[in-house]
Amino acid sequence: MAQVATRAPRSAAGQPKKSRIVLLLLLPGMIYLGLFFITPFASLITTSLQAPVLGGGIGQYQPGLEFGNYGFVVNEYMEQIVRSFVYATIATLLALAFSYPIAYFIGVRARKHPVLQGLMLTLVIAPFFISFLLRTFAWKELFGQDSWISNLLRDSAILAQDQYLLGTPIVVIFGLTYNFIPFMTLPLYTNLERLDTSLLEAGSDLYAKPTSTFWKVTFPLSLPGITSGTLLTFIPIAGDYVTASRSFLGSPNTAMLGNVIESNYLRIQDYPSASALSVMLMAAIVVLVSIYIRRTGTEDLL
Amino acid sequence: MKDPNSLPKDPMMAELVKMARRQQLTRRTALAGAAGTVTALGLAACAPASEPGGTASEAPTAAVDVSDTEKVLTWDNWTEYMDLSDDETSRPTLERFEVQSGIKVEYLETYLDNDEYFAIVKDQLALGQDIGVDVICPTEWMAARYVSNGYAQKLDAANIPNKANLAPAYLGASYDPNRDFTMPYQGILGGIAYNKQLYKELTGKDSPETVEDLWADELNGRVVVLSEMRDTVGVIALSEGIDISSESSFNEDAYMNIIDRVEGLYADGKIRNIEGNEYTKGFRNGDYVAGIVWSGDVVQMNFSKRTKDMFGFFLPESGGTISSDVFTVPIGATHKKNVEQLINYYYDPVNAAELAKWVNYITPVAGAYEEAVKLDPALAENNLIFPSADFLTRTHAFRALNSQEEQTFSTAWQRILLGA
Repeated sequence: MAQVATRAPRSAAGQPKKSRIVLLLLLPGMIYLGLFFITPFASLITTSLQAPVLGGGIGQYQPGLEFGNYGFVVNEYMEQIVRSFVYATIATLLALAFSYPIAYFIGVRARKHPVLQGLMLTLVIAPFFISFLLRTFAWKELFGQDSWISNLLRDSAILAQDQYLLGTPIVVIFGLTYNFIPFMTLPLYTNLERLDTSLLEAGSDLYAKPTSTFWKVTFPLSLPGITSGTLLTFIPIAGDYVTASRSFLGSPNTAMLGNVIESNYLRIQDYPSASALSVMLMAAIVVLVSIYIRRTGTEDLL
Repeated sequence: MKDPNSLPKDPMMAELVKMARRQQLTRRTALAGAAGTVTALGLAACAPASEPGGTASEAPTAAVDVSDTEKVLTWDNWTEYMDLSDDETSRPTLERFEVQSGIKVEYLETYLDNDEYFAIVKDQLALGQDIGVDVICPTEWMAARYVSNGYAQKLDAANIPNKANLAPAYLGASYDPNRDFTMPYQGILGGIAYNKQLYKELTGKDSPETVEDLWADELNGRVVVLSEMRDTVGVIALSEGIDISSESSFNEDAYMNIIDRVEGLYADGKIRNIEGNEYTKGFRNGDYVAGIVWSGDVVQMNFSKRTKDMFGFFLPESGGTISSDVFTVPIGATHKKNVEQLINYYYDPVNAAELAKWVNYITPVAGAYEEAVKLDPALAENNLIFPSADFLTRTHAFRALNSQEEQTFSTAWQRILLGA
């Protein structure tokens, strides 16, 4: 009691000083954000409003307020914009469907066997140690015309003789799912690892079927994990430009928003269009994510 | 004791300081949080716009050459574009140059893509800065952009006596008719390659003969074309009787017709994919049976153990494309004279023959063929490395595009690549 009593006045007196220290501690972070987030972002916005130099060569633009750039890119690339979000949604749902049982098994069932748990977590993370590009290239080989996967599918008549896998939306979505599965599994695992199993026992004691225990207890409790997992997969997938590119698993038919931005920025050197698309991609993701978080009721994550 | 009005040495900083002075920024406004950021952005936004549009007044000036005191040079080249010893640990011709000239060469292989490289260095070049590299080998159409923007240094012919060995076919490029700024390193042929065994299996014929043969129904989904617009559009346009070197025959309408044709071929599944250098992978593992590709890659695939002599290459009767990668000295490079010695060295027919023997592209050096006959007679007879005069009459160069055309042509091409 005495300690508390002596402490109280001191902290009250020290308040302004403390907040100054807090500000000082925050300063590096603020400078970092200002330099590496606000500055490039504002530069992106100004670039997206640039107008071409009259009679200028390729890649020559001047500062302007060309809001029409946004309308132009929406018209021009609607197909790829829609495709990006469709692919991202499907791949995220698939990743969730694959990851949940894995995370549940590692986090809940394997709790009594720490060695097994560690081993399985390693298996999930191990692909991280190999470059993303190399892994995608390996899949390109595996889906090739004469690969055992293609031959197996052809022999079992799932794939017609003159059909192929590479460059199709199915393979691209597969690649996206595969590349981002660890980002889904890990947050789910950290969440399910803390799941109180006595709640599950209570459920069965109250004569709930395993399925209703899952939907009424386990699932709602794991929502924060699902939310962070889906955000960590959906956002990078929507902007991914490697998997769907012509050099990897895709073809012109599977071009996503990332590929459009790359092409505009590096090939045509249409910087305003590329920037307008980037700004829109960011805005669309922010809107989608905030709606999503509101609906899943996990605002406290933010 | 510094004059407060003097400018920093670094040109980028100098430019920023000048702009700041012009706008009479006080320290207070510069530090006023958001306002300061916006001003900085204004400066950043100005940078690309101030890029010279070929106007002489704005063009950067060449750097001071320090070759006489610094016997070094940095060369950034495409990958697999230099001869290697059998154990692949040294580069024989390059090492001999170092010994003979006393110039130490730092040889990099980070020039992977014309567009990407230009996007990385263009802002520095616009300010006349040294990009840390003394010589690069962009493809002609990109070199044209360096030259017309004033981003390339003029070469001193007096330091390159072997320039006399340049094959006459390489003179007369519209952006540099006398090769004052650039010198060809290797010539590249665009034509048709096919997998001998698979082509026979699918069509019953030994080899395709025309460009039209690529669009046969039996080959549906097994044909690839290059993402390099000038080669793919060039070969197809030639097959439709268009002269791709002539401005009147190959005008915008003709170009757009070819674009429509390629789009249709892709939509019908005749063209399976449009790829850059990675297409060799698809050829090696049997995804592609035929396609419009570069000759040098075919020679190399045929040399490698796994795919020994699996592929054929030919120039269709209607014609193939020819282009070259050219030595270019960026405007801020400080070892131009050393580079001129390097160019001179590779224009010695003996060295050119040794290089051509390894890289499998066409050497632009006259007399290299005679040297190659001495080195390896079988190789010298390879039309893809030392093309006969008859073979060369079937090659055509894609005409130069003005910047307006470059914009519209490449935008149309990129739309196909994005499936639009």
